[in-house]
Amino acid sequence: MSILVNKNSRVVVQGITGSEGQFHSKQMLDYGTNIVAGVTPGKGGTSVLDGSVKVYNSVEESILRTKADTSIIFVPPPFAAEAIIESSYAGIKLIVCITEGVPIHDMVKVKQIIKRNGTRLIGPNCPGIITVDECKLGIMPGFICKRGNIGVVSKSGTLTYEAIDQLVNSGLGQTTAIGIGGDPIIGTTMLDCLELFEDDKDTDGVVIIGEIGGQMEIEAAHWAKENMSKPIAGFIAGKTAPPGKRMGHAGAIVSGGNDTAEAKIKVLNECGISVSESVADIGSVMKSLMN
Amino acid sequence: MKIHEYQGKELLKKHNIKIPHGIPAFSIEEAMKAYEALDSSVVAVKAQVHAGGRGKGGGVKIAKNKDEAYNHIENIFGMNLVTHQTGPQGKNVERLYLESGVDIKDEFYAAITLDRSLEMDVFMVSTEGGVEIEKVASETPDKIIKVWIDPLVGIKNYQLRKLAFGLGLTGKSFKEAISTFNKMYNCYQKNDASILEINPLVITNDDEIIALDSKFNFDSNALFRQKDIVAMRDLTEEDEMEIEASEHNLNYIKLDGNVGCMVNGAGLAMATMDIIKIAGGEPANFLDVGGTANAETVKNGFRIILSDKNVKSILINIFGGIVRCDRVAEGVVQAVKELGLNVPVVVRLQGTNAKEAKKILEDSNVSIIPAHGMKDAAEKAVQSVLN
Repeated sequence: MSILVNKNSRVVVQGITGSEGQFHSKQMLDYGTNIVAGVTPGKGGTSVLDGSVKVYNSVEESILRTKADTSIIFVPPPFAAEAIIESSYAGIKLIVCITEGVPIHDMVKVKQIIKRNGTRLIGPNCPGIITVDECKLGIMPGFICKRGNIGVVSKSGTLTYEAIDQLVNSGLGQTTAIGIGGDPIIGTTMLDCLELFEDDKDTDGVVIIGEIGGQMEIEAAHWAKENMSKPIAGFIAGKTAPPGKRMGHAGAIVSGGNDTAEAKIKVLNECGISVSESVADIGSVMKSLMN
Repeated sequence: MKIHEYQGKELLKKHNIKIPHGIPAFSIEEAMKAYEALDSSVVAVKAQVHAGGRGKGGGVKIAKNKDEAYNHIENIFGMNLVTHQTGPQGKNVERLYLESGVDIKDEFYAAITLDRSLEMDVFMVSTEGGVEIEKVASETPDKIIKVWIDPLVGIKNYQLRKLAFGLGLTGKSFKEAISTFNKMYNCYQKNDASILEINPLVITNDDEIIALDSKFNFDSNALFRQKDIVAMRDLTEEDEMEIEASEHNLNYIKLDGNVGCMVNGAGLAMATMDIIKIAGGEPANFLDVGGTANAETVKNGFRIILSDKNVKSILINIFGGIVRCDRVAEGVVQAVKELGLNVPVVVRLQGTNAKEAKKILEDSNVSIIPAHGMKDAAEKAVQSVLN
């Protein structure tokens, strides 16, 4: 078991003919991801990657022909919101949006639409999701993962890889790792992921990695305190970040006082999450929780 | 992205929101002419900088006659304005805004921004105008009236009424307020603003609603479709190196420490700053080089970090995923050689081909200190400052 994606996921790649789309589709296929179709409007009828993936003009058409149920989006920011909306109305159940730089006003609308349609969205501005040895739906280096019993959820890309690497070095493998994205409005929250991991029988512990800005980590921690039976190791980046400055991620900005790293670490600890002070200790903290 | 008060007011005016009569000026002469043109018994002379607290810092003065006006103009134009938001180094005033005085019956607070938790825009008003809203929020939160706007239907009349009733308005001012709030929401939407704050929003003796001050912030992700907003960007308000970095697709923010760092990924970059602090040092910057860390990006990164003379050592922390570490290592060696660096460079490469990368660094004839793991890297970088 795992969460959200597995070897049966039938994947359509939106924006597959672009350079990013082609490059990562190849990487995903090599990992074993079941890519059944690509979509680029106007390029329907062609194929990519030496004829291995057929391209359709719309998501709707790709579903009719291939029974795709999962999508990953590599289209530029001005068109990303529409790509999500197209997939949602076409009936795709899970959408991963890799695109960085989607306007916030677009995402506010998208969020209402996917709620209404019951679509699960991961991202935007995220590395995607990987269920180890089954399905890589994203841009992360798959080979660093090892199959095991830890779930990983994170706002950041490379920090997720860092955590996975430390887990492996501590002898811990993963079920599923999700990069939820660093934008102010994202499809799937940290709390959503904890809920899914709590229900997954193969996951025995979870690593959560957050950062300054917003209240997502705090909301997840409060939920976990009441509902989570599995141990959680945490890390919050940005203790040294100056207030009012956007630290790379669109959402990583201290703008109140209750969204600093210190404020979040305090609440997480109070809610029974073992927060490592140093990024270098994420793996060992999880290891000690599992013993 | 931020804009000046006078630009914000132009934008409000475009959306038919009433503002006091005002004229921007870019020299003392222009300001004097603006004063004459306003022909008003009371004129406010306002420094135009992207920072709050201008009044307290002496950047906003009221003139009741010509002599006072000239005096204020000469004092404020070119002054180094220090407020709680400019930092101790202050901000040079190169733009003024002269504005006619308005008779005020009452003043309010009105703002629209994104509520990240509820994932909708929130419209807030308060009877406590002219004071810091953070203070009102923490001390008397019941004095803030809020409505959340469904983005698929927009703001509705019952919501506008709730805001106006909440301020205790009736008659003409009630109608005017509803119309103003509606225009504010349009302005916020059309321009991809992330904050539109009018504080104070005043009622005149004639029951007109006028925006006396305004603060805008715009979503940088949406600038590609907001050419008019981009045209208002004032580069003198931004850090020179931060601008240069963005031209090279690097994300740089200067800090006060002396350990420079170069990292791929924003989260890892923040975590690297944090671990430098834990190791007993102070980070000199945030620098995210993004997904592709090749010789060119590394070189640009070095140049930007070293433009800060406080930097005594540099920590490079790259987690190679799709990017191969050996490629990054070659890039680092090449950049160090070409730039002839004279500060110690600690390099930690993890991920794809990390072993090969380590060998490249060790075999190079440049002074690079290889590190294993983030803790080791941070400690070595901090230690090398002391040596």
